[in-house]
Amino acid sequence: MRIGVPKELHKGERRVATSPDVARLIKELGFEVAIEAGAGSESKFTDDAYRDAGVEVVADAGALYRDADIILKVRAPEIHPEEGLDETALLREGQILISFIQAGQNPDLLKALADRKLTVLAMDSIPRVSRAQKMDALSSMANIAGYRAVVEAAQHFGRFFTGQITAAGKIPPAKVMIIGAGVAGLSAIGAAKSMGAIVRAFDTRPEVKEQVESMDAEFLLLDFPGEDGAGQGGYAKVMSEEFIAAEMELFARQAKEVDIIITTALIPGRPAPELITEAMVKTMKEGSVIVDLAAEMGGNCKLTQADAVVVRHGVTIIGYTDLPSRLASQSSQLYATNLRHLLADLTPEKNGEVHINMEDEIIRGATVIKEGEITWPPPPPKLSAAPQQAQAKAQAPPAAAAKVQKKAGPLAIILPFLVGALALLGLGSVAPADFMSHLTVFVMACFVGYMVVWNVKPSLHTPLMSVTNAISSIIIIGALLQVSSDRAFIVFVAGIAILITSINIFGGFSVTNRMLAMFRK
Amino acid sequence: MSNGIVTASYIGASVLFILALGGLSQPETARRGNFYGIIGMAMALTATILGIVTNHHFILFAGLVIGGCIGLMLAKRIAMTQMPELVAILHSLVGMAAVLVGFANFMGNEAVLSGAAKTVHDAETYVGILIGALTFSGSVIAFLKLSARISGKPVLLPARHWLNLLLLLAAFWLGGKFIHLSAAGGGTLPLMAMTVIALAFGVHMVMAIGGADMPVVISMLNSYSGWAAAATGFMLSNDLLIVVGALVGSSGAILSYIMCRAMNRRFIAVIAGGFGTSGGGAAADSQAEAGEVVAIEAEVVADLLANAKEVMIIPGYGMAVAQAQHTVSEITRKLREKKVNVRFGIHPVAGRMPGHMNVLLAEAKVPYDIVFELDEINDDFPHVDVSVVIGANDIVNPAAQEVPGSPIAGMPVLECWKGKTTVVLKRSMATGYAGVANPLFYKENTRMLFGDARQSLDAVLKHLS
Repeated sequence: MRIGVPKELHKGERRVATSPDVARLIKELGFEVAIEAGAGSESKFTDDAYRDAGVEVVADAGALYRDADIILKVRAPEIHPEEGLDETALLREGQILISFIQAGQNPDLLKALADRKLTVLAMDSIPRVSRAQKMDALSSMANIAGYRAVVEAAQHFGRFFTGQITAAGKIPPAKVMIIGAGVAGLSAIGAAKSMGAIVRAFDTRPEVKEQVESMDAEFLLLDFPGEDGAGQGGYAKVMSEEFIAAEMELFARQAKEVDIIITTALIPGRPAPELITEAMVKTMKEGSVIVDLAAEMGGNCKLTQADAVVVRHGVTIIGYTDLPSRLASQSSQLYATNLRHLLADLTPEKNGEVHINMEDEIIRGATVIKEGEITWPPPPPKLSAAPQQAQAKAQAPPAAAAKVQKKAGPLAIILPFLVGALALLGLGSVAPADFMSHLTVFVMACFVGYMVVWNVKPSLHTPLMSVTNAISSIIIIGALLQVSSDRAFIVFVAGIAILITSINIFGGFSVTNRMLAMFRK
Repeated sequence: MSNGIVTASYIGASVLFILALGGLSQPETARRGNFYGIIGMAMALTATILGIVTNHHFILFAGLVIGGCIGLMLAKRIAMTQMPELVAILHSLVGMAAVLVGFANFMGNEAVLSGAAKTVHDAETYVGILIGALTFSGSVIAFLKLSARISGKPVLLPARHWLNLLLLLAAFWLGGKFIHLSAAGGGTLPLMAMTVIALAFGVHMVMAIGGADMPVVISMLNSYSGWAAAATGFMLSNDLLIVVGALVGSSGAILSYIMCRAMNRRFIAVIAGGFGTSGGGAAADSQAEAGEVVAIEAEVVADLLANAKEVMIIPGYGMAVAQAQHTVSEITRKLREKKVNVRFGIHPVAGRMPGHMNVLLAEAKVPYDIVFELDEINDDFPHVDVSVVIGANDIVNPAAQEVPGSPIAGMPVLECWKGKTTVVLKRSMATGYAGVANPLFYKENTRMLFGDARQSLDAVLKHLS
């Protein structure tokens, strides 16, 4: 089948749906790949680079759409205002379109696409199960958005992120608060942290606390019992009123203190929750920066304007909605890889023929239109990305049980000694004195061995075994004592014993020596 | 030479043997320790030969020279990956010697003992031969299993625990019979019968134990060879043998204990055998992760490694099988040149005998100061950029901590999944020895590099340079 990759029409969109490297891998799946001339130029992929990868470069978008069986895009189809180009109109019956669709927000588009009898796979509808992580374009893009948010914040922030003591005075580190520790939030934490800022993060889902702390950031814990913000598919859900009040109070306190706020709070299919009020912005320090990653859905900050940078009450509020596109090379590469993984799942035979298997949970989830039939929304995913609570509970009892086991009473310690002493006394009463003196030596030697061997480094356990093996051949003395016997049979047996123990003595010591010679710094 | 001088040399030899074991506490002093051991052995032998042996010197020296040559040749030729086999076969020789010495002593015993002394002496002889025979046949089977001459899989006879009990009871009964008959000057028959039973017991015991439990088996046999020497010492009233036997016996016992602790299993359970053959399948199914492994190419692994700051290499038995230690060492050297901090994390039961991995790495010239133990390194994983797991499975299985019902629950494991990325080298998706599915493979930060470890690593090395 032939894959066509058109140039993105959306104003300011710099991404492209495939890169030369990825195109090469897609061709290995049996596909032909064609790309519109100049489609990759904003992502710094030249037409020549695509040609080198064996991709056909087509000058005319119309021809590209006409010849392709599969169209790979970043943005959902739209109408170019100036050239009057309608992407939906270019798509033809039976074609497969794979791109972001946002079916929930664009019912009209969905309907228009269905009318054209297409099959549409939406990258944003891929279920969040672990098997689908490699094609989770939302995560890839969120990761980039989080990183870029910190870069944008640094751009508009008049000071260092990192603290320094210089000859010209002390520079305090910037304090960054990140609301929402999803993929974008965690990525922002990582970026801000590596620039040296003090980072705090908040999330309604307590289970992300560990992830936040693993990145060396402080988790702002809301002292509010009994509510877990984890919704379906690892996303957040709407919280109770009391919870929100407590949350807002926390933000108000933090706003007075921090220099930069990055908000990433989104609940799927709803307008973004308003978390930063105008009053909070007023209390922020002059020159502070807010980056609102939820700007497209209305913004987490009251004063955010989508696709614009505004200064209100001395605070710069950044509402870009195209942060991934601002790192076009990176985004294109990751998005192209996500697409490639999806294509690989669609062509299990690697013969270039797509098979839309509606039994497959991931493919079912991604397919929003199948041959003109709207199949959105998909049935709910079976597995949550969040850890299950039941599992956590199941883990607790063994720990408690282990504690109980450790508490051994004094009797348990004394008893073995008592038994041992009695046994010794009993033995002493019947055994000959000679035997008892040997037993003394034996017991003492056991203790010496115990003390000495515990000090042996585990890395030397193999040499320990070979050397103990060599010295245990001291049993040769037993054979030596008997070799002088008058009886031929005993001499013979003793001779054999000497022979085999000598193998052991010489072999054991010399192999130990050989091993130890190899240990070096 | 007077008896006093002989005894004095025995005391000196005992001290030297203790120093020999003490020297092994540090790699710096280990060679000196081995040297002490050699001196001690030479002293004891010289004193015995000069002071006690009166006749048949030719047979003695012939035995010494021939045996010595065979031993030296073995030591020179053996490949480091075959160390477990060598140790096993050497153990069997100690066991066999104990049996021979016991029989020779029993038959050539002209000393006139009576009453309790006679009973004690007979019991010592009996126990010495019993342990010796057990060590011998067990070690031979361990050797055959380790050298893959027979399958490493546990061979389980029906009602094997009852069979063991029966053999044990028979040994006791024969013991009583032997002491009784020996008092009257006979007893050869029960002694022979017991030897056969002990041999059968050794075979049966080790046959039932699977390949990855070999570290415990080897250390246990090591311990037994010591106890056999000690029992022979009692029989001969020789304190040097008793001391050495006790040293070796406790050393082996400690090693067995360490190995069992590293698997969170009881010694008896390991020895009873049959692990990983029952129940494992069901457990593996019930917790089969809904996930997919992400395969990776050698080229990408090379990239990951070259761009990492902290790399942890976790070798397992698979590395020994593939003979990949030299390639690993080469990769380590290349990375260290690039200022990547490479370290090795060794699990106590990695490989087929205690310390197996350390010896292989030392052979490949990996400096020992970058090779760490489980306890030393486990807390560092959150700072590790790339962990490379080479042919290991159960020792990096998060199920040990996360799945309470798992057969390996509670076993200490290397927590490589806490690092940024884990690369697992593996031939296929088969489960490890314990028969437990490994959720590590499905973790989102895990990448699989399928294929023979040696070939995969060679490819990685090629892309590194």
